[in-house]
Amino acid sequence: MDSIMDFIYLHRELVMGLVKICAVLAVLLPMVAYSVLAERKISAFIQDRVGPNRVALPLLGSVPVLGPFLTRLGIWQPLADGLKSFLKEDFTPNYVRKAYFWLAPAIALIPAFMTMAVIPFGSYIGTEKMVIADLNVGILYTFGIVSLGVYGLVLAGYAANSKYPFLGGIRSSAQMISYEIAMGMSVIPVFMLVGDLNLGKVIQHQSGGLFSWIIFQQPVAFFIFMVAAFAETNRLPFDLPESETELVGGYHTEYSSMKFALFFMGEYSNMIASSAMMVTLFLGGWTLPWFGLNANAPAEGGLWIGIAHIGIFLAKVLVLMSIFIWVRWMLPRFRYDQLMDLGWRRFIPIALANIVITAVILYLKHAP
Amino acid sequence: MATTHEFEAKDTVARAAVVSRAAAQDQDQLQGETMVLNMGPSHPSTHGVLRILLELDGEIITKAVPDLGYLHRGDEKIAENMTYTQFIPYTDRLDYLAPLANNVAYSLAVEKLMGIDGALPPRCQYIRVICCELARISAHLLGLGAFAMDVGALTVFLHTFTEREKVYNLAESLTGARFTTSYTRIGGLSRDLPSGWVAACRRFCDEVVVNFDESEKLLTRNKIFLDRTRDVGVISAAMAIDYGLTGPNLRGSGVDYDVRRARPYLVYPELEFDVAVGSVGDSHDRYLVRMEEMRQSVRIIRQCLDRLPGGADNATREPINIPDGKTVLPSKDKVLTSMEELIHQFILVTQGVNAPPGEVYFGAENPKGELGFYIHSKGGGTPNRLKIRGPSFVNLSILPALLPGHMMSDVVAILGSIDFVMGEADR
Repeated sequence: MDSIMDFIYLHRELVMGLVKICAVLAVLLPMVAYSVLAERKISAFIQDRVGPNRVALPLLGSVPVLGPFLTRLGIWQPLADGLKSFLKEDFTPNYVRKAYFWLAPAIALIPAFMTMAVIPFGSYIGTEKMVIADLNVGILYTFGIVSLGVYGLVLAGYAANSKYPFLGGIRSSAQMISYEIAMGMSVIPVFMLVGDLNLGKVIQHQSGGLFSWIIFQQPVAFFIFMVAAFAETNRLPFDLPESETELVGGYHTEYSSMKFALFFMGEYSNMIASSAMMVTLFLGGWTLPWFGLNANAPAEGGLWIGIAHIGIFLAKVLVLMSIFIWVRWMLPRFRYDQLMDLGWRRFIPIALANIVITAVILYLKHAP
Repeated sequence: MATTHEFEAKDTVARAAVVSRAAAQDQDQLQGETMVLNMGPSHPSTHGVLRILLELDGEIITKAVPDLGYLHRGDEKIAENMTYTQFIPYTDRLDYLAPLANNVAYSLAVEKLMGIDGALPPRCQYIRVICCELARISAHLLGLGAFAMDVGALTVFLHTFTEREKVYNLAESLTGARFTTSYTRIGGLSRDLPSGWVAACRRFCDEVVVNFDESEKLLTRNKIFLDRTRDVGVISAAMAIDYGLTGPNLRGSGVDYDVRRARPYLVYPELEFDVAVGSVGDSHDRYLVRMEEMRQSVRIIRQCLDRLPGGADNATREPINIPDGKTVLPSKDKVLTSMEELIHQFILVTQGVNAPPGEVYFGAENPKGELGFYIHSKGGGTPNRLKIRGPSFVNLSILPALLPGHMMSDVVAILGSIDFVMGEADR
């Protein structure tokens, strides 16, 4: 017993890191599942439908008022969806390039999870900082990891050895690489304002009241980042790699069963990751400018404040997720060349201009 | 890029052939390979079983060959083996988004052959016009929704589908069937309007107009929708006429041709309505023309409901059929009590109407264009030959000329804007 305690004491960093990873995954995976449900329910609301309302658990479903209510909300639908994905036949066509075909879904999913590592999802609980890896170059790490995500889609398109996925793969590589540039440029002014690449510092910078949130200082950057995030996550109006009415299913046409579900999860965890990024960079992260919630939770007796901070962070992420979903059901899809045009000829120049203007303003402010 | 080739050819002619083939190969290498993509017959946006062979250079289409026939049922041959009345259910399945309009067009063709199309009672004519326009609204709503869905706006599709449901409800209370209506008969209709139907139809007219506005808000000035449809699939007026386009596709190109105006039938001359005409002939124009046509259809339906002889419940007992026992089935109670009616019933059911020998063509303005029936009769109850001019089939013929030069994503926008239905293209 003592030896275990000794081990924990000696390797405190490691153990806490593992605990936090497990905690984040335990929140993230259900969030992915339930954002699929949210997508279905919100789309149903927009389209004047009912949405999933049939799945009931055997025992809970018979609880008088609560059971039918939860069923009508579709609360159990993700369970059925997940089960279905596992039970479907995992069909591998015999003309695919097998190794890549198996690798691609994993490569699409993992980077989305890894992005979460540097995002501060709360202030402190006890003395523990609520971020898995408090890197000094947080944003660089994020962009590095996000860039890996495109390999999943490209590999999927290549591995399927079939024409529609091939077109989807080409589209995704061109689209994601172009929008990454716009995205990267849009955040440079943020760091010019903050003066640090650590995401924790970015949040501290925004803790001075509502209008210290960077969205109010850099609305252009926020807008470009948000649109680029739509493109990076392959969401409508930028879902060209997938575009089911043109390319049938795009890069995942040939996938079935859980492999397909992994792509699906990858898309939603990417959405969550980019929402979290936007919350951190532009919307004040876990802070709220009222009730003294914009200061770090104290080590002693600050447990509830620490938890509230996590709650605030999640709430902000959920709001952005709803925007992601809402936009998808309201807009048509761009054409490939129009998308490139928008990325290269509109957003990159605007982002560059934004950098220069911010630099000039900062220089004038701090000039002696 | 100069390449040397070694030729093994005996005479000069063979040598010339080899040289030209080698030159063509060099040319191919310079241009790079093209990819042949097989779109359909089962593809999300080919609306049924259209198959198009696309030759792609990157995402640009260099060649398009439509391949039809996956839904061929031999309707025209089937028609030769049954009476005119028996063929009415087959017309439901032509443009299956507007079965009522098909029923009317076919019946009018046969009536024209028999020379009784002028003798139709007015109430029957008004009801038939209402049917045609309801079918037009229903078909255009689906065409519009599918078009929007093809360019990515799924919500419009479900909104328009909600309205179509109401058309189906009306069709159900009118004919007993939602989809396969078979409503008309040679010389009249299978039944009169049920009670309450006129009020329900008026309510539908009020509701559907709201839906048009909603759909327009989502699409007409949407920047992305404009980008996707404007100057995409431009059909010039000359080209549209050359390829024999009809319906909204022709009018989208700026040609003011509507069969309801050009060769009027039923009571259309008495009704006030405008013919929507586009200007550029791109996909967006075709979309706008359909949008406006639906509004005009509502206008026509309202006029018809107002002027309906006999009123909603037919208080004055206006006839809906031609009063001729040799054309229209007599009522059942007379069949069981009167000798003459019994004979009429027997002859009509076993041999069909007695059409004179001759040939006739009748075209009606259907949602997709001019649906024409050409009937060649040698007399008797069955046609010797029945040719159907399906507007979708003719409209699709423009694809090989229209698609090259566009991008892969434009194919779905163009197909959506041409708005075809395969049940009619492959008969």
